[in-house]
Amino acid sequence: MSLLDMFFKRKPTAGVARERLQVLLAHERIATGHSELLAKLLEEIIQVITRHIKIDRDQVHVKLDPGNDMSTLEIDVDLPTVMPVASGR
Amino acid sequence: MAKVLVVTSGKGGVGKTTSTAALGAALAQNGANVVVVDFDVGLRNLDLVMGAERRVVYDLINVVQGDAKLVQALIRDKRIENLSLLPASQTRDKDALTPEGVERVIGELKGKFDWVICDSSAGIEKGAMLAMYHADVAVVVTNPEVSSVRDSDRIIGMLDSKTAKAERGEAIEKHLLITRFDAGRAARGEMLSVDDVVEILSIPLLGIIPESEEVLRASNVGSPVTLASPAGIAARAYFDAARRLSGETVEMVVPMERKGLMSRLFGRRVA
Repeated sequence: MSLLDMFFKRKPTAGVARERLQVLLAHERIATGHSELLAKLLEEIIQVITRHIKIDRDQVHVKLDPGNDMSTLEIDVDLPTVMPVASGR
Repeated sequence: MAKVLVVTSGKGGVGKTTSTAALGAALAQNGANVVVVDFDVGLRNLDLVMGAERRVVYDLINVVQGDAKLVQALIRDKRIENLSLLPASQTRDKDALTPEGVERVIGELKGKFDWVICDSSAGIEKGAMLAMYHADVAVVVTNPEVSSVRDSDRIIGMLDSKTAKAERGEAIEKHLLITRFDAGRAARGEMLSVDDVVEILSIPLLGIIPESEEVLRASNVGSPVTLASPAGIAARAYFDAARRLSGETVEMVVPMERKGLMSRLFGRRVA
């Protein structure tokens, strides 16, 4: 620490910046990883269902609840009471 | 084999356009055939930084939409004959860029040049995504400052997932270019150090560009800094970075401004 810094008691802040970034980016990398995984899952789930049943994209919802020990993947599909079977099967 | 390079950052104002001009000029000064392409449609500035703002007739959008031929839109630099510019449109918006059109233009440019350097727009919208999509190599421009580092991290994630190479399961070559670096402030712990930024972003370091008066002076007169003051510290850092891009091994030095007696006496103290 330089003489001037000691005189004005100015503390170096780069360490704080580094630590804040490390914590934040660790979280953000997991979150973007999750959203890409969810997009892929949604796409493939829709493909599987439409092979058998006619549905719209907005009738399928996937949600990931991250927990400490375990995460939950919630798949919610709205099906009509009379299921229109997809052609070809 | 032509290489497509994207200069990107996520955050605006960190030095993408300055770095595109300087790296493009440095590669051309070393003998390569280079084109710099402005992808910042609606807010073009590469023409201004390159000193070609009064020579723009046709632009990237005209070529993408087939209203002009590529050769009509390319502007050859008056100082280095193997350096060309493809300007962005100032009047249109990014929706005028189509993936098919961009692919065709990049393909044509690859047939004419050794390096196709795409100056990305800031943000993560269409313009930025199209600028990076065809890249073989990415230069991530980062200031040693929290918001810039965070945005660079986001962009690195996109380079790994949203580019043609990533979609084919290939790795895109990524390089970190730290700009506006102040070695004195970093040494005093007032600014993130080079090691901090490299460790956080974990991609290889291409160069360290110092905060320097030469950069503003160069853009004032419309000249890449490697042409305006080739012996200065910023230009030397860009020349080194350009040589590393070409595959040479160049020792990494932290650029320091050499202070004269007057500034030593009356300027701010240096650590």
